[in-house]
Amino acid sequence: MADLVFLAMMVVTVASAIFALEADEIIYGAIGLAGSLFGVAMLFFLLDAPYVAVFQIAVYIGAVAVLILFTVMLVRQEKWAKEVPAKSVTRLAGALTGLAITIALAFAVIATNLSQFSTIVNTANFVNIGQLISTSDAPILLVLALVLAASVVGALTLSRADREERTP
Amino acid sequence: MNSLSDFVLVSAMLFGIGVYGLVTKRNALRLLFAVEIMINAANLNFVAFGQYLPSLEAGATGSNALGQTFVLFSIALAAAEAAVILAIVVVAYRLHQDVDVSELKSMEG
Repeated sequence: MADLVFLAMMVVTVASAIFALEADEIIYGAIGLAGSLFGVAMLFFLLDAPYVAVFQIAVYIGAVAVLILFTVMLVRQEKWAKEVPAKSVTRLAGALTGLAITIALAFAVIATNLSQFSTIVNTANFVNIGQLISTSDAPILLVLALVLAASVVGALTLSRADREERTP
Repeated sequence: MNSLSDFVLVSAMLFGIGVYGLVTKRNALRLLFAVEIMINAANLNFVAFGQYLPSLEAGATGSNALGQTFVLFSIALAAAEAAVILAIVVVAYRLHQDVDVSELKSMEG
């Protein structure tokens, strides 16, 4: 049963990721990206990490995917609603590079004994995560808060500077 | 039951797809999609290894939240990164009416 769910989620995640990059219209690609992020969240549930899964849904699908959708709607224009496709040589090179990396990683995984780990031994729940974040990892949390604030201020400054430039 | 290698293989596939997108796409938003897919592949690895492998610390009792904690940090960092990239995309679009990265040449040396 768990295998079936895993297979379904794997197909959803990988197929949506391909669709995100290959969809004709970029807005469908953004929806495909949201589907892929959702698939990864379901894989987190299967990994017995529900806190991370819910965080992923809240932040990635709730914030990032919606932000991307709004940006696509802001900058969408008929001219590149139909994107200029890359040269076939470039596409072939990209496909071969991606495939080579995947196959190399797959061989590395198969050559090691990773498949012997078939039971989840970790029992950490959100209490342990909270303890870790608020004690030994607290400096990282503070730095991350600064980075987030700086990025938001930077994003606001970018759009504001542009507006001042355009006023006569 | 699923084993650790299954999740790592899914992660490898996602990473390969992300590399393909980075190599072939020229639209800034598609590049952002590719980077997000690769970040997700890395996050999946973190959680999978953290959940399946026993803790290496001496005297650990089997509850090791490090993998999950770092994924939380990584997701927050990716959100910040997406906000900045999208702001740059909007500004580039206002200035050049295009988000094709091969057309944005004002920063070329």
